[in-house]
Amino acid sequence: MDKISTHTGTGVPLRRSNVDTDQIIPAVYLKRVTRTGFEDALFARWRKDPEFVLNQEPFREGSVLVAGSDFGTGSSREHAVWALKDYGFAAVLSSRFADIFRGNSGKNGLIAAQVEQSDIELIWKILDNHPGAQITVDLESRTVTCDTLTVPFQIDDFTRWRLLEGLDDISLTLRDEAAISRFEATRPAFKPKTLPARV
Amino acid sequence: MGRTLAEKVWNDHIVALGEDGEPDLIYIDLHLVHEVTSPQAFEGLRLAGRPVRRPDLTIATEDHNTPTVDIDKPIADLTSRTQIETLRRNAQEFGIRLHSLGDADQGIVHVVGPQLGLTQPGMTVVCGDSHTSTHGAFGSIAMGIGTSEVEHVLATQTLSLKPFKTMAITVDGELPAGSSAKDIILAVIAKIGTGGGQGYVLEYRGEAIRSLSMEARMTICNMSIEAGARAGMVAPDQTTFDYVKGRPHAPQGEDWDAAVEYWKTLRSDDDAEFDAEVVLEAADLEPFVTWGTNPGQGLPLSASVPDPAQIVDENERASAESALAYMGLTPGMPLRDIAVDTVFLGSCTNGRLEDLRSAAEVIRGRTKDPNVRMMVVPGSAKVRLAAEAEGLDKEFVDFGAEWRFAGCSMCLGMNPDQLSDGERCASTSNRNFEGRQGKGGRTHLVSPLVAAATAVRGTLSSPADLD
Ligand code: SF4
Repeated sequence: MDKISTHTGTGVPLRRSNVDTDQIIPAVYLKRVTRTGFEDALFARWRKDPEFVLNQEPFREGSVLVAGSDFGTGSSREHAVWALKDYGFAAVLSSRFADIFRGNSGKNGLIAAQVEQSDIELIWKILDNHPGAQITVDLESRTVTCDTLTVPFQIDDFTRWRLLEGLDDISLTLRDEAAISRFEATRPAFKPKTLPARV
Repeated sequence: MGRTLAEKVWNDHIVALGEDGEPDLIYIDLHLVHEVTSPQAFEGLRLAGRPVRRPDLTIATEDHNTPTVDIDKPIADLTSRTQIETLRRNAQEFGIRLHSLGDADQGIVHVVGPQLGLTQPGMTVVCGDSHTSTHGAFGSIAMGIGTSEVEHVLATQTLSLKPFKTMAITVDGELPAGSSAKDIILAVIAKIGTGGGQGYVLEYRGEAIRSLSMEARMTICNMSIEAGARAGMVAPDQTTFDYVKGRPHAPQGEDWDAAVEYWKTLRSDDDAEFDAEVVLEAADLEPFVTWGTNPGQGLPLSASVPDPAQIVDENERASAESALAYMGLTPGMPLRDIAVDTVFLGSCTNGRLEDLRSAAEVIRGRTKDPNVRMMVVPGSAKVRLAAEAEGLDKEFVDFGAEWRFAGCSMCLGMNPDQLSDGERCASTSNRNFEGRQGKGGRTHLVSPLVAAATAVRGTLSSPADLD
């Protein structure tokens, strides 16, 4: 996972609350055997509508999603985060995230920044007046800047740290690699091995 | 204070103790892999440039998607075929031992592990499949994990886990004839409910459990997950040691002696305290069948379809009402009068040799109800071969049943073996959820004995009904 300290990109207003993971990525896409290449699956049903925000310039190339409250509810599918990242999103702003979605975001290097609903409304207004306005999400100072507006966001310390350090679950565990190797050295000889195969 | 079996096994696998309520880092002794939950895990490794840490503690088999007829032909369903081909490529690339369709050691992942002697007492066993709890029958902590955890175990051979609570389930006394392990576990789930085991590892103990074979203990541990538990366990004893001894991957020579010495310590101490306790009397256990759409909705075969109006709890009443509507049953109907279209004998719950033998014994000298279709699917290729060596295949075929190749088959209907809309099935598998065995299919969970008797009479029956 890459280290992230700050990200700047085009803001995309998604004026909906309760965006569940089935809207983010419909179930039919879950049959795939890959964990990348889900960009076409993101908001697949909504994108059939030419009026949908991601079908409009200059939002097509957006990378900071500004959504209503309760983002990422519903099924726990990690694919929802993969689809957002594959499309090009680096951050999602919302006044409330579903717990599992928030957890999955941290694990996969997507910033889920919790912003007051009143500030979300202000950002939406700026994006209305200046479509294509850039948004900067700064993990160091925990602030979001859009045009002249700078507001704070919340993210828990652990998630912020792992994003700053670029640590996924596995690299976190591998920091204990010495302990794992030590443990392996003490495993009894009678424990079974699958290789070489005995039949 | 004494320690429980689960606590002992847990402690012996702590790589790093979690501080301030953080999870412990737990070492994993055996990782079982199949085609459905592994593809993204392997791709994650590839994207990050990570190897599999311990290919020698990992083994893969093809089971969920595999056809049970014409196994030499290409798999027709594209998603199934892609998943299987992906597993083959991944196994090759990462150096993982794989038992493919057609191989003598192919089969349902939870049948293959014990059969090869890879599942032994006192281990930690994981697999991206909820019925991994099966392996707890050996006195191991065995549990199902999600795809991102599969990747984590592949890369690190560990998992970050918080300790579970412990629940003792004591089954005293002796099982009556005609009842079996499946009836014990269906009765347990009916008693504690499908959420009753949540957060717990269940330890099955008591005289009735001790006198069960390993295969029967696996049936019980297998369905622990249907009570909501993370895992189920049985303390190892002479029955366990005898089962493991001589299997391909069993310890040998001095290793065997050292292993048995350790395994003998794996029991809950007399003064160990469990977080919860449940007691059942085996003598009371009649053959059990489910009437609803979750495994907790079960009753003794002599009972009748319950009347939701009599159920006090509001949620349970609503769930019973919708279950009966889905199942097409009317309250008050004797369970014995329910006619089925299909009998499915198989799955990781009841697809082992003993299960096939006990069913064969019931049908011997009898004829199948002509309106019933019966499908017999061995849990593994080895089970199939062993059954054929005893002539069981011939008995089933003469009886009018279909004799299939090994796999998950109709347990979950991912391959072509599915129920059609409204079709009613007596199934030895573990889940009777709506649509589990095919869209609109109606499942009654039963033991192999009841499955066989049902195939004879055409309605839900126990062997005693045949005399
Ligand atoms: S037989 Fe059924 S429960 Fe067992 S692993 Fe296969 S699908 Fe899962």
